[in-house]
Amino acid sequence: MKNFEFFEPTTLAEASRLFAQEHAQLLAGGTDLVIGMKAYTETPQSVISLQNIPGLTGITADSDNGITIGAMTKVREVELSEDILKHHTALAEGASEIGSIQIRNLATLGGNIAHASPAADTVAGLLVADAQVDIASADGERTVSINELFTGPGQTVLKPGEIITQFRLPSPASGSHYIKHKIREVMDLAFIGVASAINLQNGVIKEARIGLAAVAPTPIRATEAENLLKGKIPTPELLQQAGEVAAAATRPISDLRCSAEHRREMVDVLTRRTLQIAADRA
Amino acid sequence: MAKHPVSLTVNGDEHDLLIEPRKTLLAVLRDTIGLTGTKEGCSTGDCGACTVIVDGKAVTSCMVLGVTASGKEITTIEGLASDGELHPIQQAFIDTGGYQCGFCTPGFIMASKALVDENLDRTEEEFRHALGGNICRCTGYTKILEAVLQAVEEIRATS
Repeated sequence: MKNFEFFEPTTLAEASRLFAQEHAQLLAGGTDLVIGMKAYTETPQSVISLQNIPGLTGITADSDNGITIGAMTKVREVELSEDILKHHTALAEGASEIGSIQIRNLATLGGNIAHASPAADTVAGLLVADAQVDIASADGERTVSINELFTGPGQTVLKPGEIITQFRLPSPASGSHYIKHKIREVMDLAFIGVASAINLQNGVIKEARIGLAAVAPTPIRATEAENLLKGKIPTPELLQQAGEVAAAATRPISDLRCSAEHRREMVDVLTRRTLQIAADRA
Repeated sequence: MAKHPVSLTVNGDEHDLLIEPRKTLLAVLRDTIGLTGTKEGCSTGDCGACTVIVDGKAVTSCMVLGVTASGKEITTIEGLASDGELHPIQQAFIDTGGYQCGFCTPGFIMASKALVDENLDRTEEEFRHALGGNICRCTGYTKILEAVLQAVEEIRATS
């Protein structure tokens, strides 16, 4: 690993100023960055640990604002949180799919999202939770919808010096589910990831959200399929139709994991399956 | 590049060290402190051989910068036995033949220790899944699972 200057700021403003410099990297859980530095794919001149900045960890729930998750909260904590399991099941399920327990004890939700992999396991769950991403810098604060955060593989709208501080999940779903299409039970990356969330009212879909990972340059919502579902009874025929519409909205690539055709076909299948389970839970 | 002062507790002993930021916790444990029980396998977090317990949680120490472990309590395989008596998990690995070449064993034992400390009431299937971050090339895992389940029984009987 190339050597670097190491900083442990205790305020966001200080961290932001350091992070705005050239060749600076933020260190959250380190499960991507440290491995990248060992492989020399990441060669930062300065590494800024967020560990000692107060207020960036923990999960809080209140009736007005829903659930808030600090960016430095460990993925393992997200996976086991009763509030998240109850109101955002797909997010807890996605968190439980990352790496191993040892990795989930290190990795943070903010890191998983800021790394901006289109295949990140927590992203589909955050998409269907309609998460609001709070961002801070030395110049102030702003909020971006998770749907508007990503601009390409590894790319976000974050500007130099901007740091994700927390995720707000104001809209709980009565039922949601995430399926990761993979080969190994653990320690695998997703071929694709699909999350669906449904709110039912008297047996009718009041609202449906579908989040897709690893099927386009960024994680996406399948909004056409969502609109198709709204106001209807979740029959198998309707869910199948939604799967087909969701699949048509994807722009997958072929790579060493699988072909674009397989990815698109599996979006169809897994959208239907996650919708069915979300509806059963709702 | 400046070295950083780091104070950490390993197996109950306090260490005040000066560490290069690029040193992983694994390297600090093995090379600086001289505790070579923790093994380096893949060095990318995939194999679990470097698993140690930091503040009660099992982590892959190859992915942790040593400088970020300051102020933390670390337990390695060397810290499990007390008063010359092996930990029930260590004893169970010996009794069942849960090791062959032994390279993955410290990682498996530390991962198991964290699981058992957290919750004894796991099914075999749950243990199998929870140990998915540890890889063994020799045993075929059957004896490892036997060891963990035997240790659970032993701990339950004596607690």
